[in-house]
Amino acid sequence: MKIHKYRIFDKNIVIDVNSGAIHVVDDVVYDCLDYYETKSKKEIVELLSDKHSRESILEALEEIEYLVKENMLFTEDFYKEIVLNDKSPSYIKAMCLNVAHDCNLKCKYCFASEGSYEGKRSLMSAEVGKKAIDFVIKNSGYRHNIEIDLFGGEPLMNFDAVKEIIEYAKEQEKIHNKNIRFTITTNATLLNDEIMDYIDKNMGNVILSIDGRREVNDNIRVRYDGSGTFDAILPKIKKMVEKRDKNKQYYVRGTFTHENIDFYNDVVFLLDQGFNEISIEPVVLEDENPLAIKKEDLPVIFEQYEKIAKELIERKKEGKGFKFYHFNIDINGGPCVYKRVSGCGAGYEYVAVTPEGDIYPCHQFVGKEQFKLGNVFDGRIDEKLSKEFKDAHIYNKPKCMNCWARFYCSGGCQANNYSFNGDIHEPYDLACEMMKKRIECAIAVKVFEEEN
Amino acid sequence: MKHVKTINVGTLKASLAKPGCKECANSCQSACKTSATVANLPCEHN
Repeated sequence: MKIHKYRIFDKNIVIDVNSGAIHVVDDVVYDCLDYYETKSKKEIVELLSDKHSRESILEALEEIEYLVKENMLFTEDFYKEIVLNDKSPSYIKAMCLNVAHDCNLKCKYCFASEGSYEGKRSLMSAEVGKKAIDFVIKNSGYRHNIEIDLFGGEPLMNFDAVKEIIEYAKEQEKIHNKNIRFTITTNATLLNDEIMDYIDKNMGNVILSIDGRREVNDNIRVRYDGSGTFDAILPKIKKMVEKRDKNKQYYVRGTFTHENIDFYNDVVFLLDQGFNEISIEPVVLEDENPLAIKKEDLPVIFEQYEKIAKELIERKKEGKGFKFYHFNIDINGGPCVYKRVSGCGAGYEYVAVTPEGDIYPCHQFVGKEQFKLGNVFDGRIDEKLSKEFKDAHIYNKPKCMNCWARFYCSGGCQANNYSFNGDIHEPYDLACEMMKKRIECAIAVKVFEEEN
Repeated sequence: MKHVKTINVGTLKASLAKPGCKECANSCQSACKTSATVANLPCEHN
């Protein structure tokens, strides 16, 4: 597929897949594009004569021809051979540190089995954490930037170890001339002034989990006694955001499920609470789970994304813009092709480490023994398995090769692909559909920004 | 042009000239973490 065209908010948008060029076109060009590659000029004039004048069709075809010549329409894929022949070594430069395989909540959609990852509940010792830091520095080659995500379970259940690990990492980054950036993902229940100040000072990003409206949040994000967390966490999240250094990032992050596919209302609710960096993401659960997103939910979900895009456009016009994480596409820059084809890097650039020091391709593979890559105390990883992940790029995913969104999405989540289809090369359809809709909306927002 | 307004000329091919340094942030694609669409990421090649 060389181009993708769609209509949104009364605009015809055309994406040239392989160059990344984006055009807004009138109805004549929009219709001509259906036939440009397969029909002659004469045939196109005949086919569209009921809808458009001969003169306008010929003009449109001339403009299309110009864009083709300038590599902005129907561009070929220049990258495949380069990617397939790439023999450069890989370096691990991002790590999910599962500092707590335990949680003080029992959220109904938790993929990590209330933090335990289907194993025993445990906390990472500072010793394991330090070994993990050594491991990532040693395996990061010449990469300067290293990312460490403090994750769980609930990482703040192990705050003392977090502090010790970070202190060690800061010493080591100086010695090895690295820049280590920390992110923490927390359910916000354990935040207090001391922890908030620490997070603000030491974390490049903080992800604060709340699902939106009280009834939505308290339906899912509950304690062991079944009570909802909304009243406890909202004031803490507000305080954390107020304290947050305005030059640093935060995200208020929720998950939507089959039970709140009207999640536009959760985004607006969070905006009304004064948050302006928001991410609301689809739950990923096996089909039988009543909370799982179903195919028949998609039309309503698509409508929500369009409403969020409209809200963003309108609020930006009023000077009250906000960030909806999935719409942050940079159409004038963004990552290079090498990054775009390789995606998340799970298993060869990115790994997860358990409290026991076991290394997995990412946090979603934790506990699946066949995917264990090694242990930080041993320091070696299974090169064969790592290469399997490295080779699982878009050019080895047949579905992606027929998808216009491949340079935006990069082939989806390997773990979801495996969970739903038993193969990291086989994308998970529902996620693909939602991803494509988000990209369409994100580009529409950018088009409105560029035009105004 | 009368029928087309080009919003952006596309940067993918030009980006081949970059070294593919991978200094940019990681992009988790799953929904359980804050999942980045790869195209979200800023280039950090200096």
